[in-house]
Amino acid sequence: MNPKTHLTEIFLGVLLSAGILCVAAPATATQGKLVITGSSTMAPLVGEIGKRFESLHPGTRIDVQTGGSSRGIADTMNGLADIGMASRSLNPQEHHLQGWVIAHDGITIILHRDNPVRHLRDDEIREIYKGRLTNWSLVGGPDAPITVVTKAAGRSTQELFLQYFNLSSREVQAHVVIGDNEHGIKTVAGNPHAIGYVSIGTAQYDAAHGVPIQLLPLHHIPATMATIQRGRFPLSRPLTLVTKSSPGGLVKTFIEFARSSTIHDLILQQYFVPPAE
Amino acid sequence: MISSFNNISSHPQSDRLWLWCLRFFSLVAGGIVCLILTFLFLESFPALQHIGLLAFFTDADWHPTETLYLLTPMIWGTVWVTCGSVLLATPLGILSALFCHYYAPPFLATWYRRLIELLAGIPSVVYGLWGLVVLVPMIGQLHPPGPSLLAGILVLTLMILPTIMLVTHASFAQIPFAYIQSATALGLGRLAIIRSVILPTAKAGLITGILLGIARALGETMAILMVCGNVVQTPSHLFDPIRTLTSNIALEMAYALGDHRSALFVSGLLLMGMVLLFVILAENIQHRARHEATT
Amino acid sequence: MKPQPNSLQEFGSTALVWGTAGLVTLTFLWLLGDILAHGLPQLSWTFVFASPENAGREGGIGSILVSTGLIIGVCMAVALPIALGTAIFLAEYFRYDWVLGRVLRGSLDVLAGVPSIVFGLFGNAVFCYALGLGFSILSGGLTLACMVLPLLIRTTEESFRMIPVEHRLSAAALGLSKPTTILSVLLPSAIPGLLVGFILSLGRALAETAALIFTSGYVDRMPDSFLDSGRALSVHIYDLAMNVAGGNPNAYATAVILVSLLLLANLFSLWIAERWATPNRLPA
Repeated sequence: MNPKTHLTEIFLGVLLSAGILCVAAPATATQGKLVITGSSTMAPLVGEIGKRFESLHPGTRIDVQTGGSSRGIADTMNGLADIGMASRSLNPQEHHLQGWVIAHDGITIILHRDNPVRHLRDDEIREIYKGRLTNWSLVGGPDAPITVVTKAAGRSTQELFLQYFNLSSREVQAHVVIGDNEHGIKTVAGNPHAIGYVSIGTAQYDAAHGVPIQLLPLHHIPATMATIQRGRFPLSRPLTLVTKSSPGGLVKTFIEFARSSTIHDLILQQYFVPPAE
Repeated sequence: MISSFNNISSHPQSDRLWLWCLRFFSLVAGGIVCLILTFLFLESFPALQHIGLLAFFTDADWHPTETLYLLTPMIWGTVWVTCGSVLLATPLGILSALFCHYYAPPFLATWYRRLIELLAGIPSVVYGLWGLVVLVPMIGQLHPPGPSLLAGILVLTLMILPTIMLVTHASFAQIPFAYIQSATALGLGRLAIIRSVILPTAKAGLITGILLGIARALGETMAILMVCGNVVQTPSHLFDPIRTLTSNIALEMAYALGDHRSALFVSGLLLMGMVLLFVILAENIQHRARHEATT
Repeated sequence: MKPQPNSLQEFGSTALVWGTAGLVTLTFLWLLGDILAHGLPQLSWTFVFASPENAGREGGIGSILVSTGLIIGVCMAVALPIALGTAIFLAEYFRYDWVLGRVLRGSLDVLAGVPSIVFGLFGNAVFCYALGLGFSILSGGLTLACMVLPLLIRTTEESFRMIPVEHRLSAAALGLSKPTTILSVLLPSAIPGLLVGFILSLGRALAETAALIFTSGYVDRMPDSFLDSGRALSVHIYDLAMNVAGGNPNAYATAVILVSLLLLANLFSLWIAERWATPNRLPA
């Protein structure tokens, strides 16, 4: 019986301490707390901005949660979050919300490094994604079937890609459907005959760090962060903070901070492009 | 069950308190089940109302942004990947448990078991990462594109093997030693003892292990999402990419609104329906197994 | 148990069992080796204690270890008593085919098959918003508790049912009351099964990603209380591997830490089992 009573004591102890901590918690919480939810692409960046903001404004807390752009917008509308994150521009139905662009991100076509193809025309890319062009030899590559990698329906990268190439999601004949950017890069890196599209910053970082992928230019404009910053690269999207009507107080301070040039180093550190002045 | 309910030296007062505690805990457990099921129903209700249950089986394709909501390919995807992995993992798991108990020298058995216990706790992301970076390119060389039903089956096998093996192992451990002693005294060999004493006695435990394994396989999300290719199609062979009901939810939930979101909960509801069918089936088998064991 | 000589079947089955064990070991060593090869170069004491920096590419995982510990603590403190109580109730107070018991058991099995992301959304709706706990360690732990409950209950019940009837008969003959019988006769014999359930659920809880993203959240700061949001190890691994360019090395390093933690937990539970279960074991 002895060990059992010990266990009971331990259990009661845990419960008690949990209770005490719960009761004590509200007292220690600071007054200035912001909850930011939304796009997983933006979460690492906004998290870093939040940390710097906290260190400059002692007593504030910035809690960043992920869950996707749609969730960020829905949470902001319901008042569950103070600020939402959306890795796209707001669409017309969301006119009662306000969007604040803090950075830009581009989308690039990626191939395996060993693929000799160095350039694809827009119509070639469209035919490949429609499943009408199925072998690399037709576009100057090796005699091998093309593995088409696309993003899952509803993701902002996918929507932008389809829009640019004038495709509907039903037309796309994919062999692999991916979720996050790194998922796509790892898939293409593991298959010499694959073609995919991901966020430029991620792809540029990985290509520079030995991952066997290459970034294809669009209209002969190389896919780099520099061309996006100059507004030349055709396939880019804004990273947006979303608020209900016009913000005040801490929300306003934070958004001003996130749009100031003092955090441009953080944007570059996360492989995104700071907005042009 | 043999009961000491009405034992003369029982203290009715404390016994009653004890019993109420147990009842309370069971009620909480049952309550949680009900809550989650209600939640699932409530969330999928709008889709059932707007789209209708039938549309999920008769639409032309799955394109929720264009109001097409076919779910059957994903049901097949889930069924095939689960069947494949359970068929592979069950013999491997049971043989592993036998190895630990009756074949390996004690030193080796301990380490083998510890290895398997470790694997039970490796996050599915890590299995997925390994599958994506190591396994999928290998399969891709064999037969492109690589992400496929086969990759899913292999990764899932590794993931549910620990569950099946450990639960089986535990039920072997509880077989009274006297059974084995008597069997040995009768001059039976090792294989005969395993076949006629150990496996029948542990049958219920084996089934529980397989059941938990299947449940884990049906509900697995992240690893499957990373290695299966996620194309909505009914697979015709092992190298075809597939999408399961779970990866459908995980892929699209973060970006879905309105009916689309609700339709994803219907995926969850269907999955639950599948588990339910299978649980009823298993209940019957298990019931029979127990009946045989007691008579 | 010596194999009978000249038995081809006996030889064949032995070869099969050893072969299986070899195959399984090799595959798993390959997997573990892969993790270790990528993760070990990053490991240092600073990595274990420091907080993550630059979205996790630099710095360590100190705050994430603390959050994970708290989440698991809440999960087990809630799930263990409920599971034990329910399992004892199911196993000792009713015949196996009691209708209500079958229903409860069946619905628990159904619960075991609910995808973890649905648990996540459930936890988000119920604990985070309906109960007002917000994104917090408490919400995460409670959600995990719901998730591991079926596993814990089923394995515990099974280990109670495996105990020979004679134990109960002898206890009854000694005039022990039902609670005493259960606590001091049956529980010790059920320990091996209980521990398996515990280890499996601990593994499941430590490995969970989808359910925690929506409940305990993404914040990688050192938590001050149970109501703070805190990122769990597996969420951190997922984020580094799939969402952060250049996060791979630290994702593997975090996986190494997770595996070592698991090893420690296993050894600890083994130690408990030996201390607690052996004296009550029947003579073999």
